[in-house]
This record gives sequence, structure tokens and C-alpha cells, in this order.
Amino acid sequence: MGAATLDAQQPIVGLITKTETNPFFVKMKEGAQNAAKANGLKLITGAGRNDGDNAGQVTALENMMAAGAKVIMITVNDSKAIVPAIKKAREKGVVVIALDSPTDPLDATDALYATDNYRAGTLIGQYARAALGSRAPKIATLDLLPGHPVGAQRHNGFLQGFGLAAPEKASNTLGRPNEVVCMADSYGDQTKGQTGMETCLQKNPDINVVYTINEPTAAGAYKALKSAGKEKGVVLVSVDGGCQGIRDIASGEIAATAQQYPVKMAELGVAAAAAFIKTGRKPSGYTDTGVALIAAKPVAGVDSKDVATGMSLCFGRK
Amino acid sequence: MAAGSATALVMEARGLVKRYGHVTALDHADFELRAAEILAVIGDNGAGKSTLIKALSGALVPDAGEIRLDGSPVHFRTPMDARRAGIETVYQDLAVAPALSIAENLFLGRELRRPGVLGSVFRMLDKKRMSEDSTAHMRELRIEIGSMGQAVETLSGGQRQGVAVARSAAFARHVVIMDEPTAALGVKQSTMVLDLIRRVRDRGLSVVLISHDMPHVFEIADRIHVARLGKRIAVLNPRKISMSDTVALMTGALTPDEVAPDALA
Amino acid sequence: MMAIPRFARHDNGLLHVLGKVGPLIALLAACAFFATRSDRFLTGDNLSIVLQQVMVVGVIAIGQTLVILTAGVDLSCGTVMALGAIVMTKLAAELGVSVPVAIVVGIGATTLFGLLNGLLVTRINLPPFIVTLGTLNIAFAITQLYSNAQTVTDLPDAMTALGGTFQVGETSVVYGVVVMLALYALTAFVLRETAAGRHVYAVGNNPEAARLTGIATPRVILAVYVLAGVLYGIAALLSVARTGVGDPNAGQTENLDAITAVVLGGTSLFGGRGTVLGSLLGALIVGVFRNGLTLMGVSSVYQILITGILVILAVATDQLSRRGAR
Repeated sequence: MGAATLDAQQPIVGLITKTETNPFFVKMKEGAQNAAKANGLKLITGAGRNDGDNAGQVTALENMMAAGAKVIMITVNDSKAIVPAIKKAREKGVVVIALDSPTDPLDATDALYATDNYRAGTLIGQYARAALGSRAPKIATLDLLPGHPVGAQRHNGFLQGFGLAAPEKASNTLGRPNEVVCMADSYGDQTKGQTGMETCLQKNPDINVVYTINEPTAAGAYKALKSAGKEKGVVLVSVDGGCQGIRDIASGEIAATAQQYPVKMAELGVAAAAAFIKTGRKPSGYTDTGVALIAAKPVAGVDSKDVATGMSLCFGRK
Repeated sequence: MAAGSATALVMEARGLVKRYGHVTALDHADFELRAAEILAVIGDNGAGKSTLIKALSGALVPDAGEIRLDGSPVHFRTPMDARRAGIETVYQDLAVAPALSIAENLFLGRELRRPGVLGSVFRMLDKKRMSEDSTAHMRELRIEIGSMGQAVETLSGGQRQGVAVARSAAFARHVVIMDEPTAALGVKQSTMVLDLIRRVRDRGLSVVLISHDMPHVFEIADRIHVARLGKRIAVLNPRKISMSDTVALMTGALTPDEVAPDALA
Repeated sequence: MMAIPRFARHDNGLLHVLGKVGPLIALLAACAFFATRSDRFLTGDNLSIVLQQVMVVGVIAIGQTLVILTAGVDLSCGTVMALGAIVMTKLAAELGVSVPVAIVVGIGATTLFGLLNGLLVTRINLPPFIVTLGTLNIAFAITQLYSNAQTVTDLPDAMTALGGTFQVGETSVVYGVVVMLALYALTAFVLRETAAGRHVYAVGNNPEAARLTGIATPRVILAVYVLAGVLYGIAALLSVARTGVGDPNAGQTENLDAITAVVLGGTSLFGGRGTVLGSLLGALIVGVFRNGLTLMGVSSVYQILITGILVILAVATDQLSRRGAR
């Protein structure tokens, strides 16, 4: 503590998250608060009303500019729609940093600190392949929704890690090799994940690998698998690394998850903000904030961290 | 058909007063209704006829004056009070639910329940009985129906009027008040409704008819109550006075003492 | 004495009939179509799955039907359900309250919201759209705050009992589905065979007429919103039983899904017309399409597109069939 104040009055940085209450963003805000304090900055926060609410984020952006924020970090709800508002802010000299989700185009913001979602998918794909062993794969994917970049990256990364033909990182279409016998959209929601898994099991009762876009979806998929008596023979993988998800790994419901680090994103963002305010040097480019594979049972040939590590780094209620 | 010539008064009112601020809508108005007669209430706009009717049907409470039903004083605070006393009103916009059937509309608010446990515990409706009763009521008024189950909205304006009239005739014990029953109807349908009104009277009920339509009034009224400036200025015998003199009385061009005595009823 | 002419039929015959059986035809046609596209569709197991999947929206749609029959609408239905789910699960799982009591309190919470909606509509005379738009947000916020946006897990077994199954021949049927069907039967009975049910229709069709014939219109409307609240609470229990958790983010799509089911079932948004069984058909139509398209491997976006087209067809048929009548 005791960092030098950069200004007579504390300079203001803003953080706009997708929603107020999602534990991922709650953790990110916490990280940002701590980092801001350590750097002698004042943090103001805002959010959209719900996942996908662009207008709410535009309003927050405008309000923060009016409050005098010099740097604004944002996890964008809509990668394209937010761009004009960001452009306006940057024209006024405000540095805008994207966290967690990229804008389209990428250089609409000064910098991006985010998970490499393709890599996250690759890690769990590798794990699933190894965990499946010699069995012929029959894969179900429970995706986000059509056309969403994060959903596409995780899905395609999974296919690549699994060793199947997959579209590359920049693609927004979901790859569908023959081994994928069923695809359903869950919109990241537990109930819809359950519904999708139930229907897929009707289509192919012998599904043995399930990829899910996030851990609530995985929880729903597990419930469906359990009701059908199939939970033992299926490798269920996910992304996020929230504390509930890590608990589900500990209990054996989810086999492995790729954990992402909202605090790291916030810390990097705040550090970049402090550097800009102090020296005028703007941040740039994309920085991978890292992703780690967490699994209860390690498999040969794939590096993973254990549940205890996962719990110590997770977001949400411990 | 002769009008009730006995002086038995089904309903009377004396000295009704109703003020709205500086405006006096009813200025010590009187009213008499005989048994089994059709009494038309006419008057120019602002003459107080709708206020009078509202007081008689319980839609408003007069500031002063007395209303008697069959000789006993009554005090209506709501239209339901008047209905309970046996006075039914056919409103200008009919008060029917178009999507519901004829039978349902007839019994709306007064549905019949099945006997025994089905009715008291399960509250089940006796649809068969309501349908039969509806058919009987309609037949009594010589209205022919295809089916009591058809929705009121499938009927023409005059036929809907018939349903509303049949409803009030079915439940009225003394008086049926009708507010402009032929206002929205063409010639053929008006004729049908006027016949209906005669038949209601022939069943022994008294009908109070508010109307602007002089030819219709002269066609079916037994007596004509003329309202002017919040009072009753005359009660006329339509067979002994001309339509133009009646209108003149209504507008004040003629005064009551200028009217021949045998024209008064 | 002139003869009174017979009452003639003025309605638009074919469209009228179509409006009544339309939903059933649409459902059967959809089932026939999907049966040809996937040999898994018509299996007992799959149909049982579809019933489970529509069970929650199905019960919500009963309440929504009652409200829409009075020419109202309840936009808060799904989020109020989520509130009920969170209340009952937090009480049982975290505070150790006995399961029956927790369930009753959860249903009590949703009923209170129904009462709030009803009072605002009848006493303050606010339009139902506006009122329930407000309570939708209030319920959502309370749910998020109370749950801290965390899913409630580790529920006592008794709480998810309705998610258990029994065998009908070779097929497993979930108890909750039976509850849904029973509620539909009960509501259909009340609406068709009791005076209270007919009064709901009268109030929606012509509130002035209802009032003038002695029906206590405000009381009917209030009762309808309160009953809807009770039904949302039951739906919450079914949701908890189905998913095994209390999810604060549940119910957000159910707000509009329930209205969709009601409209697809042939109930008019203007009030006074429709049947509650139609809403069951409407909910099944949406469920069948979602299930069938996934079995066919078609993207979920098409399911949304088809639902939208069906809604317009349903409302248009309703309007046109009434155009013929005067």
C-alpha cells in the first residue's frame, strides 16, 4: 500500500460489466477494486441490465465519461453494437479497454485482456479425448447460441483439442464433424441445458462425451444424464471455473473444466490504466489472461491442476 | 290492447330533487306508473328525463323526494337494490357479453345451479335448465331462436335487443325500464322490438320507455310523461293529441293549460 | 302480429371452426411431420420427455390464461415463479425449514405477488401490462438479491419428489406431469361448469355488462391474479423438482413463453374468449417443435422463427373468424 497518488484528486477509472450479479463479474469487480486501491485510483462501476443489454452499457459509458473517467474497462454484451459509443469515448481521449469479450472489430478498443476461449476449448477437448480412451466417440455439444464468437471459439477449440477437424479461431460457425451426433443450444442456462441433453439422449442414447458452454449448462446436462441412468459412462466437460463448477468437479459430476481468471483481467486492466494516467502510454493489443485445466482425475498426456487449486482461484461463493 | 285503466299505481314518485352544483336536474318532479301499461317518458335535452330514470332505477340517489313501489316507500342506493325490488333496466348499450351464449347472457349474474351436491359443493351450473328456461322466456315473447347456445355476437342488432328485453322481462316483477330501445335499429328491427315491448306489457309488467322517436312513442305508449326543466309538466293520452302538439309542449312552444283536457291522461 | 324471423347465423363458418380446432390440428400435424423425420420422435420415452419439458411453462400458462381471459396480461409470471423457487429452496436447503413448510411459504410468496398485481389493477386502475412490467422487474431484483445470484443446491429429497417417475407400460412418466394435467382438468372444469368461471369470461368480454348484471367485477379480476400467483408457485415447485436446484435465473423466457402458449391455444388477448386446454396445446406445440428440431439436428433459431409464425397465424385466425360475425 501507500502507492503514490498520481493526482491531487484521485483519477477515476470505470468498469462496466455485462450484468451486475453474475458471480464472474462480481469477482472481476472485487479484483478491480483492490487493484484500483493499490494504484491510487478511484473505481466507479456500472453494468447492463441483463446478458445482451447493449443500451444499458452505452448509458453507463456516457455517465462515466461525464464523471471524468480517464480509462474505462468494459466486458461488452454486444461486440458490434457498442463500437460507436466506444469510438466516441476514444475521440474524447478516454482509453477504453475490453475485458473478457472482444469487440468486433478487435481494434475498436485500445486493448483486450481476455481468456483465449479457443484455447479453453482445446484443453477440455484434449482431456475428453484422453478420458474417453479407446471408445469410439459419440459427442453431444450444448452450445451458447448461434453466431456468438465466444460460443464458437470454445466449441471449435474443443473439437480441435479432441483431434477432430475444426474451424479455426476466427470462425463464428460451429464445426460439426460426424462424431458430433447431437447439438443443442442452451443459452448458458441450466434448465435449457437439461432440456437439450434430454432430447439429445433421445436421439442418441449412446452419447459418451458431452461438451458444455459453461457450468450451469453442465449442471443441467448432468441432471438429464442422471435421470436417464447414463451419468457414469459419459465424459462431461465445461468452461468457466466458478466455485460451484469446481464443487461439481469434486463431486464427480463434471470431469474437467477450463478455468478462467476474471481477477487477472481486472488487474491487468487497472495496471494498464494506471500506466496510461501516469505516463500517457496507451495499452494495446490482446493479452491472454490465461486458462487452466482443472480436473479431479488427471489423465495421461494432459496437464491439469487439481480441485484444491481450482477452489482457491474460483469465483462465486466458496 | 287497453292500457291499465285501474288506478293501481305500481310506482310513484313525489317531489324528486337532484342538484349538481348550480344545476338543478330534477326540480320537484313527480312520476306515476300504472300496472300493465307502457309509459313513455319524453323531454328535450336537459329536461331531466335521464336523471329521473336513474333515480327510479337506483343509479343515483335523489337529494329529496319520495319513491314508492306498490304503495310502500323504497330507497335505492345502487342499481342492484332496484333489481332486487323487481325493477329491471334495459340499458342503451344492452349490457350483454357478445362472446357468451344467449342462455348465458339471460342468466348472467343469476345463474342456476344443479340440484344437490353437484350444485352446492361443486358449484356446477344447470345448463340444461337454463337453456330450457331461456327457450321458454323467448317463446313467451314470440322470439324464435335457432339455439340458445349460439353466441350473442352472431345476432343482429334487433335480435340482441330482443335478448336484452327478454332478460329483463324474465326477471322483472314489476317494472321494466327501457332506455332508447329502438335508437340503433332499422325499420324492420324496430317493429320487431316494439312488438316485443307490447308483449312484455301484456304479461302484466309495466314498461317505462325513454325515447326520442316520436312515431314509435305514439305507436305503443299508453300514456306519455312529458318532462321539461326538471319537472313533469303533463301526462298525455297519445290517442287524443297530435305529435306536433306533443313536441311543442316538450319544447315549451305550447303550455299545458293550452292543451285540451281530454288530451291529458 | 308480425312473425318474428328466426335468428340467423352470422359468423364466418369455416374460420370459426378452424379457430377452435386449429391448435389441435397444428399439434397433430407437427407430430406427424417429426415422426417422419426421426424414428425417435414418437417413442414413449421421447413423448414423456416432451411432457416434462413443457410441465413448468404449462402450469404457468394456466394462470396466464385466466388473466388473459379477463383482458389482462401478466408479464411477471416467469420471474415470480423464479422468486418462489428461490424462496422455497433457500428455506429448505439453507435454513433447514421442513420441506412442506418451505413449499407453502414459497407458494405464499408468489401468491403475494399475484395479490399485488391484482390490487394495483383493480384498486388503482393501472393497466395490467404496466403493472406486471413493474412487478416483473421487482420480482427479478428481489430474487437476485436474496439468492446473491447463486443457484441453490443440495436440496432435501422431499423437495424434488415430484420429479420422480412411475411406469406406464415401458415408459417413465414424471409425477409433475400428472400434477400439470390435473390442474388443467380442474381449471377447465371450473371455467366451463361453474358460475365463477363464466363470470371470468363475462368480465373479459364486456366488463360493463358484467357490472350491470350484478357481477362484482373487481373481485373477479383480483381473484384471477391471486389464483395465477398460486399457480406460479406450483410451477416453481415443479421447476425445482425437474432441475433439482433453485435457479435465480430461471423463468426469464417463461414470461413470454407462457403468453405464447396461451395465444397459440386460441385465447384472445382482448379477453372473454378461449379455453385453458388450448393453452396446454399451445405449450405442447412449442415443446414439440423444440424437441423435433433438435432430433432433426436443426438450429434452435428455426424453432424461434416457427414459433413466431405460428403466433401470427393463431392471432390472425382468431381475428378473421370474428370478422364475419357482427
